[in-house]
Amino acid sequence: MARLRCDIVSAEEEIFHGEVEFVVATGEMGELGIAPRHAPLITRLKPGQVRVILPGGEEQSFYVSGGILEVQPQVVTVLADTAIRAKDLDEAAALEAKREAERILANRTDAMEIAEAQAKLAEAVAQLQALERLRRNLKR
Amino acid sequence: MPGAREIRSKIRSVQNTRKVTRALEMVSASKIRRAQDLMKASRPYARMMRQVIGHIARANSEYRHPFLSEREAVRRVGYVVISTDRGLCGGLNSNLFRKLLAEIREWQRRDVGVELVAIGQKAASFFRRLKIEMVGSVSHLGEKPQIAKLIGVLKVMLDAFAEGRIDRVFLAYNDFVNTMTQRPTVTQLLPLPPSEDIQTTHDWDYIYEPDPQTVLDQVLTRYIESLVYQGVLENLASEHAARMVAMKAASDNATKLIGELQLVYNKARQAAITREIAEIVGGASAV
Repeated sequence: MARLRCDIVSAEEEIFHGEVEFVVATGEMGELGIAPRHAPLITRLKPGQVRVILPGGEEQSFYVSGGILEVQPQVVTVLADTAIRAKDLDEAAALEAKREAERILANRTDAMEIAEAQAKLAEAVAQLQALERLRRNLKR
Repeated sequence: MPGAREIRSKIRSVQNTRKVTRALEMVSASKIRRAQDLMKASRPYARMMRQVIGHIARANSEYRHPFLSEREAVRRVGYVVISTDRGLCGGLNSNLFRKLLAEIREWQRRDVGVELVAIGQKAASFFRRLKIEMVGSVSHLGEKPQIAKLIGVLKVMLDAFAEGRIDRVFLAYNDFVNTMTQRPTVTQLLPLPPSEDIQTTHDWDYIYEPDPQTVLDQVLTRYIESLVYQGVLENLASEHAARMVAMKAASDNATKLIGELQLVYNKARQAAITREIAEIVGGASAV
């Protein structure tokens, strides 16, 4: 009986890997069932379950919140997302990051002033290094 | 003996400090391991991503994704700066910032604009006062950072790159070499430098759903995110390592200081006793 090697990984951890007989996943264009010697295929996944049938008929299922499914004749790879992704959600996150930067730029606190002094120091050191380099070049 | 009491209280306060630094040292030592485990766990994802990207990029040579193509003129660059949230980790952040600042000044000398996003409080407060545009910031990622928290700041950069507002994006973080060594590192994120670990020959292509561009786009975005995520983990491990070393040095210094103070204290005590005896003897002979 032909087998598939299946890897399910996310950026944060390896979720599953091993020999399987069959993989079921929810692709963007519909439900997919992958048996060994499937044609090479790559698709985006919708949030949902990925089910694998282990040799012997046992079934395991994993929830993924989206990602990419890559199929090669003997290998199936699921690159799972770790968070629910949608265009407007991502945009909201980007806005949040921008606001955070603005907040930091607007605020003045004591801790910030210490950091400022440190920053000045580091800058001065960097300038010194640049001068040093310049001097060395002049000597040559 | 007035001097002796002051010295004693000084010794006690240094001992208390040593207790704190010892504790911090041990906490960091245990956290290094966990950070390293996280680093290891994130590697398979990036490796598989690289394979898929290499494959799609070659199979569709007529379609050049903007993330992969080098731009001729560089007018503006972006930096993703990863730092720690807290201090007490030796020169970790300042080494990185110094290296970064030298690079940024170099760009500015060449009339290239610079903007950055800051990950971690130290970077945010450092770059805030410099005249460098900070377009995004995130902090408090915690001991188990999650990609979800990075999406926002990265999208700011990726969008700027896709719109053509910036022409290159760099990632700056501390590379964890080993417990004693952390290397400040600046690498190019975008456009993606071609990777070597992909073989070049194949004569087949995938079936794409929905189409190659969409898939490549998502894969590349995820890949960049995972690179930055790995940077965050490297930096986390570096932070704990640097803190451990710094705290060990502080504990050792405290021990040395205590020894010296103890010596001074003993001398003062001895002098006081001698003086007292001399006074008694002097008093007795006068009678």
